[in-house]
Order: sequence, then C-alpha cells, then structure tokens
Amino acid sequence: MSMNNQGRPSAIPAGAASFDGVTGTVTGNRGLQIEEPLIFEQDSAGRTGVDLPELPKVASRLGAVKPRAKVGLPGLAEPQVVRHYTRLSQKNYAIDSGFYPLGSCTMKHNPRLNEKMARLPGFSDVHPMQPVSTVQGALELMDQLAYWLKTLTGMAAVTLAPAAGAHGEMCGIMAIRSAHEAKGDSGRTKILVPESAHGTNPATAAACGYSVDAIPATADGRVDLEALKAKLGPDVAGLMLTNPNTCGLFERDIIEIAEAVHAAGGYFYCDGANFNAIVGRVRPADLGIDVMHINLHKTFSTPHGGGGPGSGPVVFAESLAPYIPVPYVTHGKDGFALVENAGEGPAFGRMKAFHGQMGMFVRALSYMLSHGADGLWQASGDAVLNANYVMARLEDVMTASFDGPCMHECLFDDRFLKGTGVTTLDMAKALIDEGFHPMTMYFPLVVHGALLIEPTETESKASLDQFVDALRALAERAKSGDVAYFQAAPRLTPRRRLDETAAARKPVLRWTPPVPAEALAAE
Amino acid sequence: MRYLPLTEADRQSMLEAIRATSVEDLFRDVPKAACLAGPIGGLPNHMGELEVERLLGSMAAKNVPAGSVPSFLGAGAYRHHVPATVDHLVQRGEFLTAYTPYQPEVSQGTLQVLFEFQTQVALLTGMDVANASMYDGATSCAEAVMMASRVTRRKKAILSGGLHPHYRDVTTTDARFIGFEAVALPAAPTGGEDLLALVDDKTSCVVVQNPDVFGHVRDYTDLAAACQAKGALLIVVVTEALSLGLLTPPGDMGADIVAAEGQSFGNALNFGGPYVGLFAVKDKYVRQMPGRLCGETVDADGRRGFVLTLSTREQHIRREKATSNICTNSGLCALAFSIHVSLLGEAGITQLAQLNHAKAVQMADKLAAVPGVEVLNDGFFNEFTVKLPKPAAAVVEELAKRRILGGVPVSRLYPGEMEDLLLVAVTETNTDADMDAFAAALSEVLA
Repeated sequence: MSMNNQGRPSAIPAGAASFDGVTGTVTGNRGLQIEEPLIFEQDSAGRTGVDLPELPKVASRLGAVKPRAKVGLPGLAEPQVVRHYTRLSQKNYAIDSGFYPLGSCTMKHNPRLNEKMARLPGFSDVHPMQPVSTVQGALELMDQLAYWLKTLTGMAAVTLAPAAGAHGEMCGIMAIRSAHEAKGDSGRTKILVPESAHGTNPATAAACGYSVDAIPATADGRVDLEALKAKLGPDVAGLMLTNPNTCGLFERDIIEIAEAVHAAGGYFYCDGANFNAIVGRVRPADLGIDVMHINLHKTFSTPHGGGGPGSGPVVFAESLAPYIPVPYVTHGKDGFALVENAGEGPAFGRMKAFHGQMGMFVRALSYMLSHGADGLWQASGDAVLNANYVMARLEDVMTASFDGPCMHECLFDDRFLKGTGVTTLDMAKALIDEGFHPMTMYFPLVVHGALLIEPTETESKASLDQFVDALRALAERAKSGDVAYFQAAPRLTPRRRLDETAAARKPVLRWTPPVPAEALAAE
Repeated sequence: MRYLPLTEADRQSMLEAIRATSVEDLFRDVPKAACLAGPIGGLPNHMGELEVERLLGSMAAKNVPAGSVPSFLGAGAYRHHVPATVDHLVQRGEFLTAYTPYQPEVSQGTLQVLFEFQTQVALLTGMDVANASMYDGATSCAEAVMMASRVTRRKKAILSGGLHPHYRDVTTTDARFIGFEAVALPAAPTGGEDLLALVDDKTSCVVVQNPDVFGHVRDYTDLAAACQAKGALLIVVVTEALSLGLLTPPGDMGADIVAAEGQSFGNALNFGGPYVGLFAVKDKYVRQMPGRLCGETVDADGRRGFVLTLSTREQHIRREKATSNICTNSGLCALAFSIHVSLLGEAGITQLAQLNHAKAVQMADKLAAVPGVEVLNDGFFNEFTVKLPKPAAAVVEELAKRRILGGVPVSRLYPGEMEDLLLVAVTETNTDADMDAFAAALSEVLA
C-alpha cells in the first residue's frame, strides 16, 4: 500500500481481498457513496486530458531564465478527470439537494437562468482592457445594476468594486476614514461594534487602523442605546452595525442610533449581510445609514460555490459619495465611460484589479429583473414568514433566545439541552443523519450554544414541516437521555466526525509524493 | 413568482400558526416611517425567463467578445481555451450551490478539491504550501505585503516598477489605511532597476513580478538571497499563471511568498472578474498566512478526511486580532482552476506553455517586421511590449474599427505616460491567420 508522508493510507488498496471493517464492503464503497483517491494518486506519466497542436519550430526567447525541469503534476485522461470531480461532488451537501438553513449565510435557491446569462459570450468572453467602445453593453449592465442597488437602498452612490462582503466592509471603512481626513479630523481613532457582530466587522475596523470598542446588547437582543450614547464622542469615527442584527432581530431604535452617531460627528456603517430580510420593503437610507455593503451572493442569490466568489458592492449616502474607489462607470458623450484612475477625482484608491466581479453582476441583475419590485416584496415577506413559522413551531421544545417576531432567521440557544449531555454540536451532527444541513452553530456569540436557523423564501411549507418534525423529535430524544446517539452522529455520511485538533496541531496542507517502500524499510 | 414555493393558502395557515395577522405585522419592529406601503417605485415588476434573456441578451450583444475577433490582450487577464469539461463540472449543483465547508462530514467534496488545489498551486509555484485562494492576484499581492510586515515586524515595502499598476494601487491603498509604507518605483519598461540598493533595515519586503507587466522575464535568485541577507522577504507576483508551466518557478529562485492570478486556468475573461488569487509561502510562514486553509486529518473511524484548519488565524475566531478580514475564498474559480490543471497534467501544461511562448515569438517577429515598430523585450513568455511610431491608444481604436483587438495601450495603465507603448499577448487561441491579420492591419494603421 502506498503511504503519504503522514503514514495514512493514501489510496484505496486495489485488489484488496478482505472486507472493510467500517463499510462491510471489499472496496470501502457504499453503493452510491464511492471512495475517491486524491488526483495525485491516479497519475500515469505522459497521460493528459487535452490534445494540443504541434509546436511551431522556433527558438525560445526566455532571456536569462531557464525552462523548469518538471512541475510534478499527475497525468489523467478526460474520463478519469470527469469521474474524479463527479464523485467528489457527490460528497457535498448543497441547496440543490436539500434544506440548508445556515443562519446568517442565506442559502436560497440559485436560479439557473442567472448562470446561463453570465455565460453569454458578450459578458463572459470580454477582456477588461478592451477599448471602451467595444464593451458598451458591459458598462450598461454595471450601470443598470448600480441603478437597482441605489433604488433599493435609497442611497446616492454605489461602488461595484469590492470582491466580497468583507472586502466591501474594508471599502466602507476606508471611505469613512477618507471623509474624516478630508475634514482634517484626525482625532477619531475608534469604531464601535456590537458584541453580536460578524467577526469580519472588528477585523475590518482593526485592519483599517482603528481600535474596536464593543457595545453590549440589551436583554431583548438589541443594541443598548444608552450604552452606545455613553461611548460616543469626538474619538469615535463611526459605528458598524448589522441590521437586521445577527440575532435575527430588527434594531427598533435604529433611527435614534443613527441620529446619535451623527450628532457625535461619526458615520453609520451598516453591515448589509441581512439585507435580504428587508429588500424591497425598507430602504436603508430611510434609517439614517451612511454606508452599507451588499452581499450579492446572499440577497441576490449569486451562488456560494463552496466558499466564493462573492461580490460586495457598497452604497453610500451623499455625505460619503465622493469617497468611492476606482473604477466606476460614468455617462460620457459617446455612451458609457470608465473612470479607472484615482488621480482623476477624490476617489480613495483601488480595491482590486480591473472592474469588479462582473460575472456576479450579471447573475444579480438577472435575479433582480426576474423578481422585479413585486417579487422582491414577496421574497422578503416570505423569508420573514418562513423564519417566524419555524420559530413558532419549535418554541415549545427548544429555547428561543428572544421574543419574536424575528426577521429572516430565528435564534435558539442551548438551555433546552441543559442537563442532557447533548451539545449544540451534537444536535447539528444528528440533523445531518436526517438529511438536513445544520443551522449555524455557536454564532452569534451573545447567547450560549447558539443555533441560528435561516430558512429563506425559497423553501416550501412541506420542506419546513419536515425539518421542524425532525428537530422536534431530536429535541425530545435528547431530553430522554439518549446522549450516546448524539455523540456518535453522524453515522451515515461519507466521513464521520473529523479530528480537527489533530489537523491543527500538525498541519498537513498538501499532498507530497509517497516515500518508496524500500526507503521506508531502510529507515 | 417562479422561485417562491409558498401558496396563498400556505401563507394563511402559517400566519395562523404564528398568531400574526399579516406578513406586514411581522415587520412591526421596523419604524413606521421607514416601512414602504407596497412594492418599491422606480423598478419594473417581475419578468419571465424569456423576457430577462431578451433584455440581458441585448446588452451582451453590444459588446465585442474577444473570441469573435483576433484578440491580443493580456496585462493581467488572458484568453485561454477552457476545455468543455471544466464548465460542465463547475456547474454541478453539489459544487455550485454548497456553502463554505463548515460541516466537514457533508463537505468532503469541496474540501478534497481545496486540498488538491493547494497542492497544485504549491507545485506550480515551487513553494511549500498554498492557501485555498484569495479574491484575485492584486488582493493577493497586497495581503502578501501585509504578511511580510507581520513576519519581519518592519513597515516598508518596495514595489518594483515592473509590478502591474493595479496591483501597485491596491497595495498602496491598503498601505495608506493599514499603516505601512509602500515605496512604488517608477514604471520600468526596459528594466534596469536597482531594487537592492533601496533595501535597508526597515524594509519588510521587495515585490517583483515575473514576467513583469511589460513581459520581461528575469531570474530573481540573487535578489532573493540578497533580500534575505538583509532580513527582508522577496515576494514574487505572477499575473500569467501559465508561465509557471515553462519558467523556473519563484520557489526555485528563493521567493518567500508568491502572490499570483490564477485566471489563466479554467476561468473566462469575464470583463475582469471573478478571478482567483493564488497565495503560496515557505513552510515556516504558514501560521502568518491570510485566508482559508484545508488540511488532512482522520475521522472517527480512522479514515482519511479533510477539514478547514488553522482557523485561529481567522476573523471569525480572532475578530480584531485576525491576520486578515478575509472571509471567503474564490471557491468556484479555484475549482475551475483545479479541473483545468488536472486535465492538462504534467505533459499538457508543459506543451501548452511552450505553445504560448512559441506563438508569442512568432508574433513578435511579425510585428518587428512592420516598419516603425520595435519590440522592447529580449526575454518574454507570451506577452511583450512594442514601441509604435504613433500613440498606442489611437492605434488600438483604429484596429478595433478593423475588428482586431490589438493589445493594451500602456497609457491605459499609466495615464499620460509611455503613450507610444503597446502590450501584446499571444495565446494558443490565436491562429496564424489572426497573427497575420494583426500585423497587416497594424501596417495599414501606421502607414
């Protein structure tokens, strides 16, 4: 058996004659669940999955650099590559296959029309540095998306440049700092962030050179307005607040919060991660927000893709509108134009190469056009209705952290598990065996053992009922004392619980070629 | 509305279960003044698929796809042929519609892909380890400079004049806000920088690009050793990842960090994004790396499996003390990269890189034969700079009228500077006929 550098089996033993102790099969496979070695373990030298034309006979012109001897990549033919990735895909849970109520992440249906539109050669096969005269349709699309985002938020300006939500946060905080600097105000060194915030908020503020001051929450899960006011002063650059907040609650005092921040000379940054709860019903500008990022992959359903790519446009009120990064689209005399260099205006700089996540812009606009004003109204309404329905159906067996109504997600904590020996993590793993992706666990940090459920508007009532029934039965089972059942979960997945401590203690972050058996024996 | 499964009857029975009078009642925490009474004004109502296709199709039709004409644009984004297999596999719903692999038992597909991706990037760059990807090459470069500050506890970065100006600008923007110094050297279209002379005991890193933005390829072995002797790191940026199939990789030259753009493998031009940033380092710097990392471990039955690891560096654990605020990677773009590299394999990647280089050599000779045109590069991979007797931006517009996308004017990247220079990139997608048409049209335009 070939071994990798950790001494673990690195491939299914071909031609094994014994039955596997775990699966009871010879191969280690379980019907449709097929074991798949690393691609590096399927190498045959010289084999390839592409056919290329013969090389023109010319002398190379590499200057002083030598051609490399080898890269070390494996050789596979196309059918092997297709099978490899198909088998790997089958080890993933996905929205396409089932309910994915991951709170704060907004796993809603990804319409395939959006994929088709993004692949039109007029969008996908356009180079970012083509003459502007040859990309008028691409600039028109960006302009249209900007119009929708400004209309839906009521804000004055938008940048499409940031590549993700966290990148949008950076952009927003950079704009705030630029605005203070432009006023000659250098005494503002602090950003206020509630305890319930996403981890990116304090990380962003710190990365932009600010110290972070946490604001406590009230007993009803919202920002403590009096505590906030007490912290406001000439040293505060701004407030970063998620609304609806990460407990799934609307900040009732938001207008007063905005007024207090403004009165102290600060700016109000809203983390727009939860904009999907209110899109088409509430315009952030009407709440007094100065700047907000929008996760196109959440509210406007561009696919999450196993962790990206995202896209994080940022909208700005009039007061911050001059401080946007390059590039941006303008209306010139010969159609649309692109401002690409910061030297041309008060823009604070550049966030990434080229013009933003165009592929995501197409998908998001396709989603917006499909829904329209009436569809978005219905979508946010259904998202909130679904979350409240789940909360209502679970309240008697689980412990909701705060009174409703909630917005697009409902928060429970682990008080209902007290004394059972079952943890939030165990509950999540047991849900996996039932065919559901678990809810978000242990976030937000303001309650103990959080379970944050976000159903989204694209789930049917039948789907919610099935989930609720399973969760109710699991809660009862936990209370009945069957802790062993939970601790052994999941049982039915391609892998059971993984040892994360071992992974971090001695990290193995890549495959390395196996040491030949003779060399091992010689050691 | 085709994406919304609830029926009116469902909504009524759910409202009863909640004991709410209406959906609007559930929004009662929103201040009245901010609550719209009905669907927002100024936007159209919902559309069917056909209508959306017509509308977006009409916008797409106003663009000239690079593949519809002879196209020679590069400057950090390259048009390569992407095998049909790549997009087919990327669109499998289990990849497309999964989230970040927070529950590893039901995410082994994504996790194994990331582990293989990290290995491929490490092999290509010649480095010890790579992360699970960054937003793009430019943000990868800026993150590398920030990481060099953490490692060396020094605050001055020196950016070569061969670094892509977008990468330079992203890095200097971050520098201004995050609080380090980035000394950007003037553009160096013909090289001749003395980077080492600028390295002192405050220097955290030197950033070079290979091939550089003007297409020059260089050996940085001596510079790496000299930087390290002075306690600074050498960061090598690569914007054309295919060059790694042919050239001595940065790792072999002694680079400490490689920050690269991976778009060339598996990813379409997409008017500039989404792309995939590559980030690779020497082993000893792993714990200072930004971004997501996937590692190998075992499950409760002792079987090999994969998890996200070393997350104590990251924002969701460390909050304001994190190494970076980054929260995502470029998952699907990394998957596309990985599938394309897997299809190519050792034999394919070498051949493809040689083919690109050979075609670029042919194109350089054809352009050099045009009266008044001078090729500035001695050594290059698949992109080079030519000097024209007329402003390049106007020449490119004239070429576009003749339906040829003839490269990137250097003045587009450096406004008001080097107006007679043009960047020309050649890939396997350019035929002999394309190259002849370009040379002929350029002769006409310059005549």
